[in-house]
Amino acid sequence: MSSTLTQKPALPPKREITTEPRLSDKVFQRVVTSGGLSSLLILGLIFIFLLIQGFQTFKSQGIHFLTGSAWNAAVNDANQIDAKNSHFGIAAMLVGTLVCAVIAIIIAVPISVFSALFLTFYVPNSLKKIMVSVVDLMAAFPSVLFGLWGFFVLEPVGEYWAKLLHKYFGWVPFFKMEAPFFSRSPFIAGLVLAIMIIPIVTSISREIFGQTPLDRIQAAYALGATRFGMIKAVAFPYARSGIVGGAMLGLGRAMGETVAVYTVLNIVYKINWHVLIGAGGNVASMILLKFGEATPGEVKALMAAGLVLFVVTLIVNSIADLIVARSGKSGR
Amino acid sequence: MSVISSTKPAMPKPSKPWRATPAQRLITAAMFIAAIVTSYVIVAITPLKGKLAYSAIFFASFVIFDFIYSRIKQGKSAGADSIFRGFVTLGIFIALIPIASILYAVISRGYKGLHLSLFTTDMHSTPPTGPIAQGGLLHAIVGTLLLVSVALVISVPIGILTAVYLTEIKGRFARPIKFLVQAMSGVPSIVAGLFILAAIVYPLTKTFNSFEGSLALAILMIPTIARTSEEVLLLVPQDLRESGVALGGTQWRTVAQIVLPAARGGLVTAMILGIARVAGETAPIVLLTGGGDTKNWNIFHGPMGSLPFYIWKGFAAGTKESITRAWAGILVLLVIVLALFVTARFLSERKKK
Repeated sequence: MSSTLTQKPALPPKREITTEPRLSDKVFQRVVTSGGLSSLLILGLIFIFLLIQGFQTFKSQGIHFLTGSAWNAAVNDANQIDAKNSHFGIAAMLVGTLVCAVIAIIIAVPISVFSALFLTFYVPNSLKKIMVSVVDLMAAFPSVLFGLWGFFVLEPVGEYWAKLLHKYFGWVPFFKMEAPFFSRSPFIAGLVLAIMIIPIVTSISREIFGQTPLDRIQAAYALGATRFGMIKAVAFPYARSGIVGGAMLGLGRAMGETVAVYTVLNIVYKINWHVLIGAGGNVASMILLKFGEATPGEVKALMAAGLVLFVVTLIVNSIADLIVARSGKSGR
Repeated sequence: MSVISSTKPAMPKPSKPWRATPAQRLITAAMFIAAIVTSYVIVAITPLKGKLAYSAIFFASFVIFDFIYSRIKQGKSAGADSIFRGFVTLGIFIALIPIASILYAVISRGYKGLHLSLFTTDMHSTPPTGPIAQGGLLHAIVGTLLLVSVALVISVPIGILTAVYLTEIKGRFARPIKFLVQAMSGVPSIVAGLFILAAIVYPLTKTFNSFEGSLALAILMIPTIARTSEEVLLLVPQDLRESGVALGGTQWRTVAQIVLPAARGGLVTAMILGIARVAGETAPIVLLTGGGDTKNWNIFHGPMGSLPFYIWKGFAAGTKESITRAWAGILVLLVIVLALFVTARFLSERKKK
């Protein structure tokens, strides 16, 4: 007995207790962190390379690149871009992009909010899943499809609506017409964009409406509120900032859209606030339009335009993200 | 057992007082019919005309009938509720009409361009005015397959590493990276194309090929994959991670052998959603790939056709035949994208159960 107690088994040496991660973990953390930082790297590279390519244009055009509207590439004898006689200005394109996107938001946000309310509070349970899937499915439609559909199907209908708007609301300053030219107008481009962003805004609003605290909803019903009363008093105040964020996200998407706008918008290098006239501007579509025939010097100007578009959409999207991330904590 | 069950009183059938009674259904149907009649009458006696007038008057009169009924029967707030219900229903209808119209247009115009040799031939000897039965989109399918696969190979590691960083390491960059990934998902596709032009085509290769297109698609794909993977990894129970550590595993082995395998199905969903995001992407493809008309298996050399480019080319050519071809191309593309989307939905639904 005593011998077995005193005879100690050969224990392995005590392991050193440490919080220092093993080598494999150190490697793992480095690799994952560098992978995670790739998004920063890519966004930074996009900015730097577009700046390098577009710098010459920024330098030669100065502030006129943002305030001017003329776009003509003069070429000298050596087939080089003639910096003095060329004019590159994207003011009309920027204004046009904003006009189309704002039209899209004005049309899409009410529809999306009502649809989101329907999908959250009104839809029968048996239909809910399939209707949500159908609306989400539309977000997966490729943009070239919207381009063709917009050109062949929506364009004639949109023109008819534009004529109606002009007939009955022609006194509104934005709806004035100098010449009866209704086709391929910012209004129609805005319609196509609205249809493209409805699923996005709807699904964001739907998610936020779905997060409305159940106790508040039930409290409203218990106090005798109708469904409308509940939405007005509880759900809408809760979701308001989220809806604003979702609309901004839709705005960002609408501003960056290329192909769908390209087919339904007539690009004219002049600032036009009259949305029913078939003359508008769009940075992304203009890049695609000009790229095919552009000389190397003009491509540099297109790169500069791309940089401006990149920065603008980045700012809009960042503000939208901040609003969406903050929402849900607000409300009564 | 049998004694207990036999003494159990028969359960009363639960009533559903919120359900519409037959009388209420009848009233709704009557209002529906009355609204249709009103719309016909008003269109007949006033100068208003067209589908728009019919539907607007139908909607307005239905809402008014419903409002009057609720107002009289149940009071002021019920009246307001009925008007709001009308608008909400109108909202979802307006949201669904374009979906129906798009699907109808694609199917009714696309099927005319379908024929047997569509998937076995390419366009190298077919002019835009060639008959529909001639030529096909084999080269476009091959091209899309190559473009998307290469983009997937590039973006999946980056996307999943980003998601792992956000959920497992949670380092001090987690918040900024989350923000940047979100910002990256808003990069316009044409800017991604311009970036590859500025960074690779003009300074280095000076020619167009499919690899450059894949790089641009990868930029658009990374945020989708990263965000979906992050959501999926957050669903992995914390217990699994703790058991991995309790068994003496390092973080690396816990993530690689427990967390990622547990989220396998969800990660596949993330990849599918990434593919669906870029399969129809047109602007960068038009800028970068050159758009050939013959099969090309070499991603580093020569122009590469693809489905979006095929559609684009058909649309730009503008002849009757080429536009029919474009619609057929859209039909094929839409079937692929929807199949991917439904698969992803199916996988994630099964995961939740």
